[in-house]
Amino acid sequence: MSGLFASIIDGVLVGSVYGLAAMGLTLIWGVTDVVNLTHGSAIVAGMFGLYLLTSTGVPPYATLPLILVGGFLVGLLLYWICVHRVIGRPPLMSLLSTFSVNLVLIGLGTAVWGTALFNVPVALPSVSWQRYTFPGTHILAAVLTAAIAGCLYVFLHRTRLGKAIRAVANNRGAAELVGIPTTQVLSLAFGLGVALAGVSGMLIATLFPFTLLSGDAYQLKSFVVIVLGGLGNPTGALLGGIALGLVEGLSTPFMPVSWTLVIEFVLFVIVLIAYPNGLLAPRRA
Amino acid sequence: MRGGAPGGSAKHAAIVRRPFFWIIALVIAAFAVAPLLGNDVELRESLLLAAVYITLASNLNIMLGYAGYVNFGSIVFFGLGGYLCIYLMGSPGWPLVAAILVAGAGVSLLALLFGLGILRLRGAYFALGTIGVNEAVQAFVSNFDPWGGSSGIYLSTELFQALGGPMQALWSIYFLLVAVMGLSLYLSYAIKSSKFGLGLLAIGQNEDAAAVLGVPTALYKALAYSASAFLPAIAGGLYFFKSAFIQPTDAFDLTFSTEAIVIIMLGGQGTIIGPVLGGYFYEELRGWLLTSETFSHFQLVVAGVLLLLIVLFLPGGLMGWLHGRWPKLRRVLE
Repeated sequence: MSGLFASIIDGVLVGSVYGLAAMGLTLIWGVTDVVNLTHGSAIVAGMFGLYLLTSTGVPPYATLPLILVGGFLVGLLLYWICVHRVIGRPPLMSLLSTFSVNLVLIGLGTAVWGTALFNVPVALPSVSWQRYTFPGTHILAAVLTAAIAGCLYVFLHRTRLGKAIRAVANNRGAAELVGIPTTQVLSLAFGLGVALAGVSGMLIATLFPFTLLSGDAYQLKSFVVIVLGGLGNPTGALLGGIALGLVEGLSTPFMPVSWTLVIEFVLFVIVLIAYPNGLLAPRRA
Repeated sequence: MRGGAPGGSAKHAAIVRRPFFWIIALVIAAFAVAPLLGNDVELRESLLLAAVYITLASNLNIMLGYAGYVNFGSIVFFGLGGYLCIYLMGSPGWPLVAAILVAGAGVSLLALLFGLGILRLRGAYFALGTIGVNEAVQAFVSNFDPWGGSSGIYLSTELFQALGGPMQALWSIYFLLVAVMGLSLYLSYAIKSSKFGLGLLAIGQNEDAAAVLGVPTALYKALAYSASAFLPAIAGGLYFFKSAFIQPTDAFDLTFSTEAIVIIMLGGQGTIIGPVLGGYFYEELRGWLLTSETFSHFQLVVAGVLLLLIVLFLPGGLMGWLHGRWPKLRRVLE
């Protein structure tokens, strides 16, 4: 019983990081109407960012701001390469264009690093409470996630630029009519989304070992989280992530880890069919 | 074409009397005869791969080109078909033809059941679902002990004796695969010329409008999904019988479904001859890349760049370009 309690708490901690990854994806989806299939490679880029920077001597958690800024710039670049021309075209086109860029990035990455397992050792003391012990990395990852999610919420709801992003997400035509430079806002949202994916990748890499091909699994997790939390809703994504973490935490003591993905996917399809707007979506009049 | 009133005649003529029917027959004949001249085994192996590519692309095109639904996991049909066929030929000891037919029918039925579920998802959600289907099926098969789990199933090579020894068996498998490719092209053509195909094209244009006009969209999509599973499953059975071995990482290799998408977009989505052109050129390109010093490790990178350029600058593919250049070609080459 005590093992179950510990694995539930740990599931919540890890799940919040999945939520951060999903926030990046849902922000892009909600604002630009593009399903960003480069999301997996952005997560992997964050993981390798941590690996490369720490191997040059940067302390692990000091890489966070660097990856945030780097991810934002890469995201802007990606927007102009593969997204700008397909905005407003059928969803097939944006799916294929981001998919093809993902192929290129993963292909180049495997040519350089192969598909070996990487591990970044992060030394943090564990936290003990009564009979339970939690790894410090898991707690710090959850705390950082909460802080970033809080900043994003304030940015989207309290600043002029954030309000512009929400306006474009709501109705691009109307936003343009009231003088919002929509193209800049779209590229900004894309950059922000990729930056969030990169940071979540960096945080995941402090928890688990990873390979260059880990991105696909985390991308699928992000989609499950979005479906749980409701499309285009960053706060919902955080809750969805925690829900997914709970599912993982509850299922791991009872079945082999290799089944986790099957369970998550079945959950994905069931929720999509039963609640097409997301389990936690706000009721709109 | 002689006889019949001008204009409508080509449209209503029996499918056998249309010139395009014979163009497809020519393609099949070329595939069947080319390696026989000079008994060229190397050419046969290259054309065998091209036939598999064309089969996968042509069937994927029913979903992607007609209905506008991208299926990132079309390889599931190929892999599951391979598994069913190899399994049936192994311990129960079924003959090849029975095993591939049951594999095709089984996977097709599974796709229909599955399609009725996930095809209620629309647009991007469906695409995401198909990525998940592949991951989930692969995870399931890797953990499924009767199918050998992650180490797969081996077949005794003595099974080749039934086809007249290993050498003769390879030729038989090649001709069977070419036949499957030909059937795929005719299936695409038959669907495109039917009311069903018209319904799919309407879904591709505007699903809401199609539904309002009385197209049973969910049923049509599920039927298309199921129809596009049958021949790839058979091709999978033949392909893995050839190597007498199957394991999850080969059977559900996403490279194949990715390449099928590239081939469709290169040839021209929604056209019948497009996947043939795309498949042929892609196989040529791949052969060149694999022998090149610099590019041999970058096959998927090149495929990705190619796909991006097509999506951004030439969304109609080769056929779109040809049709734009010579509009009269529209009547002959579909």
